[in-house]
Amino acid sequence: MDAAIDFASILLGGLAAGTVLFIVSVGLSVTMGLMGFVNLAHGAFAMFGGYIIVLAMNRAHFGFPVALALGFLGTAALSVILEQSLYRRLYRAGELDQVLLTIGLIFIFMATLTILVGPQSQPLQLPPELGGQINLGFMQYRTYSIFLIGVGLLIVVAIWLAFERTRIGAQIRATVDNRRMAESLGINVDRLFTITFAFGSGMAALGGGLGAEFLGLDPQYALKYLVYFLIAVSVGGLGSVVGVYYASLLLGMLDFVLKLYLPKGGTIFIYVLTILVLLWRPQGLFGRKSA
Amino acid sequence: MSPQAVPAAPATTVGLTDNPAARILIGRHRLRWWEALPWLLAGAFYFAFHDYLGFGTSLMVTILFALSLDLALGYAGIVTLGHAAFFGTGAYTVGLLAFHNIWTEPITSLMLAALAAATVGFVSGLVLLRTQGLTLLMLTLCTMALLQEGANIAHDYTGGFDGLPSLDIAPVFGVFDFNPLYPDTQYLYTLAILFACFVFVRTLVYSPFGQSLTGIRENLLRMHAIGAPVRRRLVACYTISASLAGIAGGLWAQTNAYVNLSALDLDRAATVLIILILGGYGRLYGAFLGAVAYMALEHFLARIYPTGWQLGLGLLLVVVALYAQNGILGLGEVLWRRYRARRATS
Repeated sequence: MDAAIDFASILLGGLAAGTVLFIVSVGLSVTMGLMGFVNLAHGAFAMFGGYIIVLAMNRAHFGFPVALALGFLGTAALSVILEQSLYRRLYRAGELDQVLLTIGLIFIFMATLTILVGPQSQPLQLPPELGGQINLGFMQYRTYSIFLIGVGLLIVVAIWLAFERTRIGAQIRATVDNRRMAESLGINVDRLFTITFAFGSGMAALGGGLGAEFLGLDPQYALKYLVYFLIAVSVGGLGSVVGVYYASLLLGMLDFVLKLYLPKGGTIFIYVLTILVLLWRPQGLFGRKSA
Repeated sequence: MSPQAVPAAPATTVGLTDNPAARILIGRHRLRWWEALPWLLAGAFYFAFHDYLGFGTSLMVTILFALSLDLALGYAGIVTLGHAAFFGTGAYTVGLLAFHNIWTEPITSLMLAALAAATVGFVSGLVLLRTQGLTLLMLTLCTMALLQEGANIAHDYTGGFDGLPSLDIAPVFGVFDFNPLYPDTQYLYTLAILFACFVFVRTLVYSPFGQSLTGIRENLLRMHAIGAPVRRRLVACYTISASLAGIAGGLWAQTNAYVNLSALDLDRAATVLIILILGGYGRLYGAFLGAVAYMALEHFLARIYPTGWQLGLGLLLVVVALYAQNGILGLGEVLWRRYRARRATS
């Protein structure tokens, strides 16, 4: 019985970590799949949103849901401004220029937050109803982790439905599959991209806030976890929501287990696995070969 | 051979030299007067800024590292985020050999560093260069992270996070000592190695091999169509670039007398990319200009006001990405052409 409880608690911890990864990365996957834009600053959006959420709770004493909404909207608004003014000019440019622009944005975000808020880590004060333990019948577990896993499931179902059942979802799928064809069918790809970019950045903000409890939140966040977000996206497959969900859960679990049993250098397996998967399927596990 | 073909050959040669584009192509490998400038400046630096020789040394190591990246990224168009993998391999080769008292002779150590880095470059290139775009970016990144974690795990040999301190490097030619307080030897030694490597790279990029690399960068399909062995050329270029980065890493280890995990950092890989793009890639001298501009700014600004440096660098990168995609050198070329055009019309 003890072994089963150990197993279950590791599983749940890994799932919670993976869920946070998914919430942050899903927007990156869709926008990269749509435009092929290498947006390294996605982690910076997550960081920015996380700061809004945490500061709204700690300094302005808003409730958790209100703070989350503020973070989502604030980050989405900022991302639209940046998309219209900066990203848009480099859609047709090479990856190198896109990498340069977004690394520049990362530095700007990091420096601005350091100047405005300070270099120290910002703690997330969980509301009391999420802070305790929950009885799962056969064991006690942290309420917040269960809450995260639930939220992640809700989000993946919601996005899946939006992708499969709505008009805009169909347009996104069509554009990821074949952008030229979609454009010639009269789909306004630019507008579509602005909408998904804003939504994806908002999701990243939610992920930044929801994950602040165990990923921490300081100005280094945007660079520290960038590799993980990129691994989740490239292993899952560009433009595939379900793919990113599975890849994130896998990555979260693997990271959780390795940190527990091989605290020193266990992450090496993550890199080996990523390399092997990408060599086997360069387009990712669930990605489609680009047309 | 038919009799008509004989006079035809000189006629085409004459026709080629009449064509301005062809004349540029034929003459572009010739030495220009200003190409002596960097070396004269480096010599002048030795006498004028004797207190800053340590800074000058690390500047030249960075130039060599950026130059190696220029070969892969600027000439062959291999977009990589993991070039520090080779820098670190070279640095750890020198570091491990010296720390465990196996081999401390500097020049042969550098050769071994180049060889080790070239091996890593060849093996990884053979596998990775089949992919492109984001996948290639991720694979190079993960290879570097893999090596860094490997160096971290092999704590007993590499010192792990703390690295290998106070390396004992034998004197150059058995005569010139590496003195940490008076880095004269380090400076001149690095200058000599940088010069040798630069001459090699310059010769290489203007050779038919180098031309074919540019061809691959500019039009992959066409190079395939004319029967160029694209994969083999890319792997060869990646291997050479890796060995040069390994030499840079080895120099870094020798002149600083230590090695740590920062040699394999994403930070280092991103910085060298920024430096190269800032200076202008695919242009040989972009590495020089970018490294001087970046390191001088960093040296003076980062100490006084690190956050401001970060903010300024971020803004600079955004501006370069949007308006000056060919870096400082590209900007200079545009201004020079405008100046020439204005002078021609007036």
